[in-house]
Amino acid sequence: MDPSTLAENAAQLANDAQAFAERAGALAQDATQLALTQTAAGGDPFVFLFTVFVLACFVGYYVVWSVTPALHSPLMAVTNAISSVIIVGALIAAGPGEWNISKTFGFIAVILASVNIFGGFIVTQRMLSMFRAKK
Amino acid sequence: MSASLTAFAYLIASVCFIMALRGLSSPKTARMGNIYGVSGMVIAILTTLTLPSVTSFGTIALGIAIGGGIGAIIALKIAMTALPQLVAAFHSLVGLAAVFVAGAAFFSPEAYGIGTVGEIHVGSLIEMSIGTAIGAITFTGSIIAFGKLQGILPGKPLVFPGQHMVNLGLGIALVLCVIWLTVAQSDSAFWAIVAISLVLGVLIIVPIGGADMPVVVSMLNSYSGWAAAGIGFTLANPALIIVGALVGSSGAILSYVMCKGMNRSFFNVILGGFGGETATPGMEDLGDRTVRQGAAADAAFIMEQATKVIIIPGYGMAVAQAQHALAEMAQVLEEKGVDVRYAIHPVAGRMPGHMNVLLAEANVPYDVVFEMDEINSDFSSTDVAFVIGANDITNPSAKTDKSSPIYGMPVLNVEEAGTVLFIKRSLASGYSGVDNPLFYEDNTMMLFADAKKMCEDIVKALKGGGH
Repeated sequence: MDPSTLAENAAQLANDAQAFAERAGALAQDATQLALTQTAAGGDPFVFLFTVFVLACFVGYYVVWSVTPALHSPLMAVTNAISSVIIVGALIAAGPGEWNISKTFGFIAVILASVNIFGGFIVTQRMLSMFRAKK
Repeated sequence: MSASLTAFAYLIASVCFIMALRGLSSPKTARMGNIYGVSGMVIAILTTLTLPSVTSFGTIALGIAIGGGIGAIIALKIAMTALPQLVAAFHSLVGLAAVFVAGAAFFSPEAYGIGTVGEIHVGSLIEMSIGTAIGAITFTGSIIAFGKLQGILPGKPLVFPGQHMVNLGLGIALVLCVIWLTVAQSDSAFWAIVAISLVLGVLIIVPIGGADMPVVVSMLNSYSGWAAAGIGFTLANPALIIVGALVGSSGAILSYVMCKGMNRSFFNVILGGFGGETATPGMEDLGDRTVRQGAAADAAFIMEQATKVIIIPGYGMAVAQAQHALAEMAQVLEEKGVDVRYAIHPVAGRMPGHMNVLLAEANVPYDVVFEMDEINSDFSSTDVAFVIGANDITNPSAKTDKSSPIYGMPVLNVEEAGTVLFIKRSLASGYSGVDNPLFYEDNTMMLFADAKKMCEDIVKALKGGGH
């Protein structure tokens, strides 16, 4: 192989490598930027939860307006039952092995929420079972 | 379960809850909706039980058994007329549960990952305070509403001078206590928030009259939702936040519907002092107006000859327990070829949709029961309007008399019917204390009797007529 060709090839290779390095650098920068924006969007968990809350308010608004007025009483009873999903908080409090004030509070809350869950769904079912169309 | 899997399960539960409400758009899909609701609850509970910190399953099972047993028995035994007070009582439990969960989180913040005792994150403390305050207000407010609906407490609005200033003062004190809690993280601050909110709940509801209870029950429904959402933020649990938002909006919309049905602004209702048991004598101011009276036989004869009859039930029908007798009367008329329909005013019962449930219980098919807006234009082509246990919602002066306290309230166009049959025990006015000019119209026949007795007598007359 001709030394001059070799030198030329080497120079070419060096050029290519440099171009690669530059592109890699740009890519890295992009990735960092992306990671940064993602953290910003996720941000404080409160922002995420608040987003969920606001969107759920809109869902609630449209879903509830579509409820027929004839079923407003069952609506109230069933919302009552599902708001007892607060029992998840009570279960976490009542969950640990040792008794302390929190576990006591949790236990009471489990009882209260259970009254509502069973009572709410059963009374809703009772109401709905009475609604019949004309034979 | 991994954290992502847990979050995913809560998401499924939330979707189930949305579907539960969506199902109520029609009686056909409603029962399926309730199944969704139950499924969502089961998923949420089971998911929580898989958390590593939750180990005392015996205690939890005991709690659920006690509460579930009580709830099931109450729900199976309750009379449908007592539905509003039942719902009020249930709201109070959600409120109290929210207070206890917040308390548990305050005394064991580690369990919820919101810091350590004395070092709870400020954001969590604020969320917790909001949940606690709304929960406690819902608790005592619902108890007062329950007492008024059940008749334990007087339905009359309780008003005292400086009431609004006292409430405002307590509201400011509440905000100060929240600040105190975030700064000092002291137990006393937490209990102060609970105490002030409990008092506030009582004071907010006592000035509201018995007649406005449909709004109050809806409003407390909304509060219980916001309390749940507040706790959801503390627990960083999206399912709880979603449910809280759904229930909160639902209650708010129902309050709005009820206020619109009475042509009152929400603030007007909340500030209170309206309605109650105003016993206004009706007989004295009769003047030279005359009333046409009739008996069961006359009513039976008129309705038998009619082609179209619209029945307008009010809460008085439920008080007299007349719904079954009324349904029987309608059935006999139907058998005689009369077209019988029902017209429901938005505030006809003691809670939204109450009248529909009472009629459904008396086996009235839901497709002959119509909302005011659907049926109001049909009165002019109707032969007989049969008013039972209602008064203000038929009062034409709401449309014509600008000086009337109920002016602007949407009413049923009963007076446009060929004949108006009006069952009433006396000429006394409704709870608004307004005289009803409908009584003195030429085409009105008053049937002075107990609603149930009158319906039974009409049935006898219809059957005995031998037609």
